[in-house]
Order: sequence, then C-alpha cells, then structure tokens
Amino acid sequence: MEANDKTVLICRGTGCESAKSPAIQTELMSGLQGSDVEVKFTGCHGMCQQGPIVIVEPQGTFYANVKLKDVEPIVGSLKNGGGPVEKLFYKDPATKEGLSTYHDIPFYSRQKRLVLQNCGRIDPEDIDDYLAEGGYEGLKKAIFDMTPDAVVQAVLDSGLRGRGGGGFPTGRKWKFTQDAPSDTKYVLCNADEGDPGAFMDRSVLEGDPHAVLEGMAIAGFAIGAQKGYIYCRAEYPLAIKRLQIAIEQARERGYLGKGIMDGDFDFDIDIFHGAGAFVCGEETALITSIEGNRGMPRSRPPYPAVKGLYDKPTLLNNVKTYANVRLIINNGADWFASIGTEKSKGTAVFALTGKIANSGLVEVPMGITLREIIFDIGGGMLDPNKNFKAVQTGGPSGGCLPESFLDTPVDYDSLIEAGSMMGSGGMVVMDEDTCMVDVARYFLDFTEKESCGKCVPCRLGTKQMLDILEDIVEGRGKPGDIELLEDLAVGIKAGSLCGLGQTAPNPVLTTLRYFRDEYEAHINHHACPAKQCKELITYHILDTCVGCGLCRRNCSTNAIIGEQKELHYIDQSLCHKCGVCFEVCPPKVFSVEIRTGEVKLVES
Amino acid sequence: MEEALSEIFLQFEGKREEIIPILQRVQENYTYLPEDSMRQIARFTKVPESDIYGVATFYAQFRFTPTGRNHICVCRGTACHVRGAPAILEEVAANVGLEDEGTTEDLEYTLETVACIGCCALAPAITYNEEVHGNLTKNKVRKLIKAEAGKNGSE
Amino acid sequence: MTNQINFTIDGQEIVAQEGQNILDAALANDIYIPHLCHHPDLKPVGACRLCGVEIDGGHMTMSCLEPVREGIDVRTDSPVIYQARKIAIELLIADHHMDCLACAAAHDCDLLTVSAYMGVQPERLERLRKTERDLPIDTSNPFFQFDPNKCVICGICVRTCDEIVGLGALGFIDRGVSTVVGTFGNKPFVESVCESCGECVVRCPVGALAPKKPEFAAREVQTTCVYCGVGCGIYLGISGDEVVSVRADRERPTNEGSLCVKGRYGFNFINHPDRLTKPLIKKNGEFEEAEWDEALELIASKFAESKGEKFAALASAKCTLEENYLIQKFTRAVMGTNSVDHCARL
Repeated sequence: MEANDKTVLICRGTGCESAKSPAIQTELMSGLQGSDVEVKFTGCHGMCQQGPIVIVEPQGTFYANVKLKDVEPIVGSLKNGGGPVEKLFYKDPATKEGLSTYHDIPFYSRQKRLVLQNCGRIDPEDIDDYLAEGGYEGLKKAIFDMTPDAVVQAVLDSGLRGRGGGGFPTGRKWKFTQDAPSDTKYVLCNADEGDPGAFMDRSVLEGDPHAVLEGMAIAGFAIGAQKGYIYCRAEYPLAIKRLQIAIEQARERGYLGKGIMDGDFDFDIDIFHGAGAFVCGEETALITSIEGNRGMPRSRPPYPAVKGLYDKPTLLNNVKTYANVRLIINNGADWFASIGTEKSKGTAVFALTGKIANSGLVEVPMGITLREIIFDIGGGMLDPNKNFKAVQTGGPSGGCLPESFLDTPVDYDSLIEAGSMMGSGGMVVMDEDTCMVDVARYFLDFTEKESCGKCVPCRLGTKQMLDILEDIVEGRGKPGDIELLEDLAVGIKAGSLCGLGQTAPNPVLTTLRYFRDEYEAHINHHACPAKQCKELITYHILDTCVGCGLCRRNCSTNAIIGEQKELHYIDQSLCHKCGVCFEVCPPKVFSVEIRTGEVKLVES
Repeated sequence: MEEALSEIFLQFEGKREEIIPILQRVQENYTYLPEDSMRQIARFTKVPESDIYGVATFYAQFRFTPTGRNHICVCRGTACHVRGAPAILEEVAANVGLEDEGTTEDLEYTLETVACIGCCALAPAITYNEEVHGNLTKNKVRKLIKAEAGKNGSE
Repeated sequence: MTNQINFTIDGQEIVAQEGQNILDAALANDIYIPHLCHHPDLKPVGACRLCGVEIDGGHMTMSCLEPVREGIDVRTDSPVIYQARKIAIELLIADHHMDCLACAAAHDCDLLTVSAYMGVQPERLERLRKTERDLPIDTSNPFFQFDPNKCVICGICVRTCDEIVGLGALGFIDRGVSTVVGTFGNKPFVESVCESCGECVVRCPVGALAPKKPEFAAREVQTTCVYCGVGCGIYLGISGDEVVSVRADRERPTNEGSLCVKGRYGFNFINHPDRLTKPLIKKNGEFEEAEWDEALELIASKFAESKGEKFAALASAKCTLEENYLIQKFTRAVMGTNSVDHCARL
C-alpha cells in the first residue's frame, strides 16, 4: 500500500457482495478515475451486519451500509479534499453518536486481529498486496533459515491447538506426521466448514487466501510432503475462486510448485470441491471423500498421521490453524505463546450471529469472557428490549450456555468444562424468544440429516432423539422422556464411531442441564415458555382491541372475525398460528397476546 | 456416448479419486445426474455402477432429476433458524407453488434447503440462482420472487 | 507358520494366531462377544458398535478391529460397554420389523442372538419411538428376496459382493437414517448386474436377504457339485428322500464356502417331474419309454454305422474326470475320430 495517497477499500466478502458491493466498487472506480485515490476491493471486514462497508485509508474512515447513491458524496469528499461523509458513519447503538473511523468502533477496538489481520485490508486476488504485508516471508524463513525439525519445534513451542474445534496440539500432530516414515506424504486443509452458523474459514479464504497456502507450504516443508489439498465446500464458490487465483499466482511467482523460491523444496496445492456432507469435516471421512468414496469415517487408529490419504502419512489441519503458522514462524513461538491463556494460546476467531446487534466476524485473544464478546464487541442484543438467554458455541457438537456462564473465559478447556466446546468458531446468541427445546431439536435434526449412517448409535440414536424432541415441541412429550434422552445420550456418546456421533447429544445435554424447566414445561404443562412452539401456543385478541381490522385483513385463513371499530376475536379452529396478527397489530394498541400452556378453543 | 460426456471425460484420467469431480462436472452440464451418465462414469473409472450411485447419493450436492429454471436455496443454518428461516421457507414454497422442497411440475422453480451458506450475519438468507439475498422477511421474499419472475418474463 | 499369541479374555487364557482380531479369537474359544456387522470372511468395519471391549482398562474399542497382542487383558463387559451395547441393541430393535415368527431367519438371526445375550427388557423398549417404515420388498429375484425393513445396514452383503464375488452389484444408497442397501439406481435385483449367487443371502445376519423358499433339512450329505469342472464342495440338505437345500463346504479348498447360482439354487432338477428316469426311443415320430437293454443296443448299432468323421462326441462337466477320459478314449480308439469336445469352458 502506498503510504501517502488515499486508498478506498470496499469489502467484497460474501455478505457485502450480496448487498451489491461489486456495483459500488465499479461506481467508485469510475467516479475516482483520474484522481490519485486508489480503489481496491478486499475480503471480509467482519462487521457484516453493517455491510456494504467502505473504508478510506490511511485515516481508517469507516462508512457503513453504503448504498449506490452514497457513492457520489464519498467521491466528492475524496476529490475535493473535504471532510468525510458523516451521515454514513457507524452509529454507536448506545450513544447514537457517529464514529468516524473503525479504530473508534468498539467492535474493532476490542478485537485482536492476527489471523484476520489482512482480511479487509488487502486485495485477496492480488499476490503483491499480500507480499507487501510480509507475505511468504514465513515460508522463506522456514525453508532457508530453519530445519524441518526446528519448524515443528516452533509449532510445538507456540502451544497452537487445532482451530477446527477439538483443540488437539498442532505441533504434536506435525511431529507424528513428520516421524512417520514415507517418501510420499500429504498436507490437507480442512475447509469444509459445515457448522451451521459459522463462516470464519470462508472469510479467511475469501479475504486472505495466501496465508492459508503459506501455512500449508510451511507444513509441507516441516513434515516432508510434496502435495497438499484444500477440501473446500462447493457452497463457497467465492472462496474457491479466490483460492484458485491465489494458487495460480503463487505458482507463477515460485511460492508453489517445483523448487520453491529457487530452493530444492517442491510443494504444490490443489483444491477439492466438497460435495455437501457435514461429516466430511471428520478427518478420516474427509480423506475417504478425496479418494472418491462415500464420506464415511473409519475407526482410528491408524491415525492419518500414520496412514491417511492413499494410505500415506497425512497432516490435516483447519484453515485457521494454517493461517496462524506463518505468524508463529515470523514472530517466534514465544511471541505466540504470550497471547492467550496458559493452555489455549493465540486468538480465537468467532462468527458472531443470532440475536445480536453486531453480527459478524471477530477475533479475540483466548481467555476473554463470553460477556466481553457478546456485549462489548457484539453490542448486546439485537432487540435491546429482549433479555439474553443463551449462547451456543461449537455448532452441533457444542452446547448452549446460560447467562450464569457469561463470565466464563473463552478457551478450549473452560468451554468443555461448561458442557460446550470451542468448535470451529460459530457463536450464536439467543434471546428470551428462543425456545431451548426447539434449539436442541434443531441441532438433532441437523445431525440426523448429516449422520453418515455407518454406525448404529449415531444413525438410529440421533433419529430416536430427534423423534422424542419433535414429540416434546409438538406437545406429545411423555413423562420419562427426559430420562430417556439422557440415557440415549450416554449410549450414543460412548458407542459412536466418530466425533459427529460422539458429540451429537451435546446440544440436548447442555439444554437439559441449564434449561431443564423448559423441557418440563413442554412435557408436563404443554407450555412453551418462549412461546415459539406452534403446537403449544394460541393467539388471542385482548379487549383493548380498537377494531382497526389490520389483523383481519392480513390473516390468510380468515380466522379473525369482527366488525370495523369493534372488538375482534380469533376463531381458534381456523387459526394456523402464523403470527401475522401479532406482527401487524400497531405497537400502541398491542392487543394480540400469545398464550401457552392452556387450550382454549374459542375466544370471545 | 453423448458428446458432452466424452468431452468431460477427456479432462480426466479415469481414476477412482476423480469420481466426485467428474460427477460435479456432469451435473454442471446437465443440472442433474442422468442415469446413463452414471453408468458411463462407472465404465470410465472402472468402478462398479452401484459404487458410483452410492457416492452420488451420499452427497447433498447431487441431484437425480432435472432442476427448475430458477433455483432457490433456503439456508437452514443456526443463525437463520433463530432469525426465522422456517417461516422464510414456508413463504418461498407458497410463492412458487410448492408444499416443501422440490421442483415445480412446470420446471420453473427448484426449492432446496442447504445446511449453511455462511452468510450468518445476513440471516435469514437464501440464494436465488446463486445470488445471496439476506435479512429477509416474508414480505421481502414475496417481492423478490415477484421481481425475479418479472425479469424472466421480460426476457 | 504364524506365531501364537497368548492373552486373556475376562481372565480366561486364550491362544490366538498372530494377525487374528480379538473378536475372532474369542469366538474360536467359545467366548461370545455380541456382534452384527462382522463376518470372518470379510474385512471388519466396526459399524454395529456391539463388540466393544476394554483392553488393559483403557477406553472401549471394537474387538473386530483390534488385533490380538501378547499379554493383553481384554474385558468384554463393563458399565460403559454395557450401556453402549444396551442402547445400540434397543435402537436396532426399535428400528427393526420384528415379525420374527414369520421370518425366514428366525432360527439363525444374529439380532435375536444379541438380544438374548443382552436380556432386552420390554419396559425399556416401550419408551422408544418405533420406526414407521414400510419399504417395498424386492421379490424380483427368483431365488431370494430383499426386505429393506429388516435390514440393519451392517454392510455384510455389500462387502460380500465386493470382496468375495468381486461384482459390486450392491452398495449403500443415501446416507444417515435414510441409508438403504441396493443396486445401481435402487432398482429390483433382476434389473441389476446381480448374478444371483446368493453369497450375500447366506451371510445376511438377519432376515433382510432370505431365500424365497426356506426349507429345513433333516440331515446333510457331503458331496461335490456336479455342475462344472471346478468341483465345489457342498452339503446337500435332505428331508425325507428329497434334496431341499444346498450349503457350501467352507473346508473345501476349491470353493472355501462359496457357490455360484447353479450350485446353490439349481438343485430342483433332482426331484423334477420332467426329469428323465428311463430311456426314450422315438418310434413312428413319438418318444416311447424303453428298457435300458433295448436303448443301449440301438445306440451300439447306430455307432457301428457312424465310425470316422461322421462321428463327434460332446462330453459333460457333470461327469467325473474318469468318465470324461473314457469318452475321449472311446471316441479316438473305437470311433476313430478326434472330434471330441466338452461343455466346460469356465
């Protein structure tokens, strides 16, 4: 990046692209043609909720929710050297004050962006941008100044643990694979990010693809591999495209291929398009999938480090794990180990979503509390009038933690102790309107659909749990179902073949642990405390109704009866419980009430 | 063998590990996997036909019937779920004339759900012919489908 | 020779062969460990999760996948193993179409064996949601039928067709709880490449793949299949004075327990009413029953008229080696021609 001249950065991550950021880029470029302002596009800035995002460097001026019509004032301010366009500033939700630069925005200022340091700053389709930020220096250092043993030792010393979720020490994995005797070895990158509610890996691949390639090449040098594969979901077309461009550019410049940087280390990378199976995030399933089979896991041992792809020793790490590697090589293991907690080093990247004000991608040092992430960085609840209820981490393998755990430090071991897990980085916030039984049902529905079907406990156990949870949310729960769920959970966890089955009961177990009363309300009182489960709620019009007729006109089943300006009522036998009456009733009237736990057929 | 298929095979060597990439290319070409194409892939890769079928049916990406001209995927990721994806799915289905996932008889629409499209910050989100639309409400869905239908009609 | 390995299962001293897995070693020593997806002829997969054991007090591991090692202490039961097994078998039963009385596999069902061993309690089963499934039964094959509602997805049939038959007619279709076993395109068996050898049927641990007419033999006779020159070892099952079944001889080195469609299912000619039991001679355009002496005399006189190049002999694979030798000798030495051939070109 040129130091003095202004640069306009427009985010073209998937989020902002869907909000028409490519058109905004084109418009900015034509508007600024001939000026000395450079227009560049970048990967994800992280604050997807506020997209499309435009940043003007070097000041760091931050424009949020930029529309096509906003391009003209931005161009104007840049060309005339005037002040920034204040109406496009991000407004602090608490003070309603416009914040002019991203340095001022708590969402950014509280983060520690290492893995994401280039995301939103460099053009991911231009290797020169990456090189200008010190790109491939780590690989150079590893190949020419270090031995493979020293590289493995550095990763060991750094304390880096797998960012895919399990948290296995990365250095030990590297050492096992390095020690396995073979002429042919493979380096695999797991980019099959399948957790619903997670997009960290996608953002890294879209925003800084070379960092992943560099990490893989360093790994290849360390363990003695010549070939790498990135297993990336086909649902991520933009990530695949940018990876492809990055690989081609790296080959052209001699950072991949034969004789890297004119040395004698050969390493090349190809992309494998995953065809849509969550279980392929499991390492043995991922390997059988690349080999052209149904992606079904097999028992370990032998571990992939000994017998992996094509039966050769294979190293498999997550996208973010590889993206950390060059930082460790460049800055030293001690530097890395100084960040985070005693047992969880470095940073954690989370996709912060759900009922939260600032949805987006955040990177924080390990050990920060859930409260800081959700309330300081995330800005609290999406609807400030609603109460926080739970935060879900670890996706379908993780769990839901209640308010009393908000001060839990975010690290591998604390989260496991609380009954959840780090996972690959999805963090979904839930408010009082979320039914926790329904959340458990949702995750079991997911794992049941994604179970490969090979082993009995997972194939039939997830289905059994799902059937029971469906009964509960639909009012058919029976006394004893809670104990049955717990019984099943123990058997499924102990008996399942792979991590998918072994962790599938976790969402049920944590919700049972922290929200047991909700289960009991559903089963014993046919009541959904969050008033979400359709079969257990009824809509009623209170006598404060002014008879405006809005609900009546919007009701698709003509279940609402009443004359204009007179009290309306709902014919329960016709009501489909779509909730449109509740939504359209004017806030100052607020006459529609949702009741649960009682069955009243006719409301007069 | 159909020309399109032979052309795809030209880019591969016929190795077992090429099965999934070949299936992907074939589906790109036909929008689905015709039965005969799977038999040809079996012959080309020297793998039993039942294996090819087993691989193809394992992965969510592969389809065995032609898709509609408009392809809508509703995200059922966690973030979308808690922000109302089930209602969005219902609304899309109702607006294209389907009960649930599937393809309309006139092959105008195919509606599918996907595990997560990774746009959780834009929840609830769908893709309409690969283009992501986020922060949806029932009303926006209605408008979107109407607008897209209008586009097609004028072409 | 492979080395012997000494270890203990539940305290009992076991001598096993190197390379053997713990499950096979246990079964060979009459120690039962529950299992459903294991078959000694096939590579183990560890899918049913019933055969869990603990080795030297470690985590539960599947005994079918674990090779025997010198001096290990194997436990086949512990609270963890019990719980995992109990849930697995209960889930299987809740998912299974339990019409045991009408089931062809009732006398030889591994699911029942495991249930009996585990002692399944009805009140525990009643808590579970039963699978509502009514998939059509494939009766297209003339010799056996496939009832997917009874399939436990152990994959033994799929592996048999791959590893033993080498045909790959069967595979898994779909995934998760929707997984079924089937042919390409999930079509009826007759429309697939299946050769009806029945290898999968004999290995199916439950009644999913079952012979259409299961007959129970009162006794068995060891013999050799007469169909071709391979000479597979078989046991003919006899009921009364009729052959009602064929079972492959696992000890015969020629076939090691395998058979083809003819050997396994082609025995009904023995008692078939159309079978010739007396010679027929065509007189005035009609076949008439005759005595052997008359028939042999007629053949001899015709042979005498047909020596040299007018004659050719076609021998049969159903004859013994000695009989076939005699035919060629007769053809060359007596009939004076080299035109002799044989039907077996396997």
